Amino acid sequence: MIEALSYLTISWFDPKLLMLVALGTFAGVYVGAIPGLSVTMAVSILISFTFSWDVNEALCLMVGIYMGGVYGGSRTAILLNIPGAPSAIATAMDGYPLAQKGLAGEAIGLSTVMSFIGGFIGIGVLAVAAPTVSEFALRFQPRDYMLLAILGILLVGSLSGESLVKGIFAGALGLLIGVVGLDPLTAQERFTFGVVELWGGISFIAVMIGMFGVAEALVQLHHIDKVAVKQRIGRIVPGWAAVRRYLPLSLQTSAIGVIIGALPGTGGDIAALMAYDHAKRVTRDPEVPFGEGAKEGLVAPETANNAAVGGAFIPMITLGIPGDAVTAIIIGALFIHGLNPGPMLMIDQPQMFWFIVGALVLANVFMLIFGLTGIRIFTRIVEMPRSVLIPLILLLSIVGAYAVNNAITDVYWMLLFGVLGYFMKIYGYQVAPVILGVILSRLIDENWRRAIISEQESLAGLFRGILTSPLSLTLFAAVVLIFVSQTPPWRAMRARLGRRRARGDGI
Amino acid sequence: MHDKYRKKSGETAFAAVLVALSAVLLWKAAGISGFTALSSPGAFPMAVTAVMLGSSLLILLRTARASGGHPDGAPRRILPPVVLAVTGLIALYAVLLVPLGFLPTSFLFLAVAILLLRGGGAMFALGISLAALIGVYIVFRLVFTVLMPPGIVPEAEILAWLRTLLSGAGR
Repeated sequence: MIEALSYLTISWFDPKLLMLVALGTFAGVYVGAIPGLSVTMAVSILISFTFSWDVNEALCLMVGIYMGGVYGGSRTAILLNIPGAPSAIATAMDGYPLAQKGLAGEAIGLSTVMSFIGGFIGIGVLAVAAPTVSEFALRFQPRDYMLLAILGILLVGSLSGESLVKGIFAGALGLLIGVVGLDPLTAQERFTFGVVELWGGISFIAVMIGMFGVAEALVQLHHIDKVAVKQRIGRIVPGWAAVRRYLPLSLQTSAIGVIIGALPGTGGDIAALMAYDHAKRVTRDPEVPFGEGAKEGLVAPETANNAAVGGAFIPMITLGIPGDAVTAIIIGALFIHGLNPGPMLMIDQPQMFWFIVGALVLANVFMLIFGLTGIRIFTRIVEMPRSVLIPLILLLSIVGAYAVNNAITDVYWMLLFGVLGYFMKIYGYQVAPVILGVILSRLIDENWRRAIISEQESLAGLFRGILTSPLSLTLFAAVVLIFVSQTPPWRAMRARLGRRRARGDGI
Repeated sequence: MHDKYRKKSGETAFAAVLVALSAVLLWKAAGISGFTALSSPGAFPMAVTAVMLGSSLLILLRTARASGGHPDGAPRRILPPVVLAVTGLIALYAVLLVPLGFLPTSFLFLAVAILLLRGGGAMFALGISLAALIGVYIVFRLVFTVLMPPGIVPEAEILAWLRTLLSGAGR
């Protein structure tokens, strides 16, 4: 326990690590706040610069960006009705009406404090639950890992876009990209087309920066002429009475956030929408109707999406299975830093886990500080013209892609996937499943082969195994359920998400 | 859901390209180790490419059936010239980076891109590019120590000179 505590506080007392968490959180808040720039984009570009660093330093920066980015999206949702990140989609529903009434400062202050509370609950659950989950995960069979990974990709594919088929295609494409190179078990060439450079595979960073950096920047070129809206902001530190009043609701919605965040494949955006629905159901008589500036409608999604951050780290660290695109990228970065997320991480390197928890706590505190201060710089940055912002993002993307291996080939890969990602976005294919696919490709491939070899190459044996183990059966049923999830409530939620997102993208 | 769906121009063609790509990749996957065993190195790639082919065929079918009215959705809206131009600039950057070096290439890239996107204001574009480049250089090259090709700029010498200057001043 004392040992865990000492690892937990490493980043709190090391000035360099402290500064990196602060820097990451700051960058996350501001990047997340700029409409069109997502936290995924920030993490994918900035992560590439950290590969030569010590793993602790890199982790501090990433954790900060993630925490700050999830929060940052709420700013533009409130001020401009444009969610800066998908997780802020629900925030705009009541946040923007509040701003229209001249209560922008109050809305920002309240959402900041609520994000902070939600963030802490998420981290708390992570600290308590992860060791137990990873102990349980030790009993997982290869087939369970395989099913869980497939489930994650399917969930991201089905929940994050308009069409499940397009999501499945995107996920499969990602899995295929992950396969390129020498087979790790037999060293046989796969999709290398006789090119030696492809033996090591396609750089996952290049794919990621292409899809989330370049493609997003190219899509943003469509909206180059849009002028940023200015907004006057008054007092932002909320009163204690307001915080106390919404505390019970925030505890409930934080719980929703953690649970949804912890499911593989569902992240902050779904959590926020479900929390919003919950708030609507349990608030008997709101002062102002929902959709017209009800503070409950602001508190619920903001607590939930930040609570989901801690939740999302649970499957990531204990199983090595990402909950969304950002955690997929963080897993990829951990691989490159020589760490192997999964149940063994908790046993072999518990210090890493406690270190991450400590950095998350720190990032949450910095989020509160940056959230309640610096509103003037904030409006400046958000008003930065796109004609300057987009070239800068592209420059950073190129530098990032190049920096990983000091190879110009990676820049070409980035461009190729950038163009592909551009068309995928334009034509309504989700790109998040691609990244999940790339990350999970090896895990699925290896576990499939282990599973089928242990059954003496018998498919019937594999199915018998799945049907007789409660865990495998549950996972298998969940996978099947996704295909038949065309039931009305699910559809309605997806349609709503799609609608809000379309509005969010159409900036 | 699909009855209201209106496709964009070029969407069917894109779906068709994906089908063709998937088919070629499936054929390539089959060539890895054939149908020898369920645990062979080629089994997973074949399964994945088969899923790609199946899903892309379904997408193509749905897209082809969807009403395609795009009187306003001309190709220019899907691929505006500015996107093409910026894509070209990135490619050009990749070509020039090694021979010319990071600083001049990046400066050119930023200046041309800002000029292109703003449509005028040369002094502004040059000034902002210079300022942005200095910022990027300090953060990424000096603080994050990212190595970039020096090209024609004797960067190492300048840095060494600056360092002696600073240490001299510090004494």
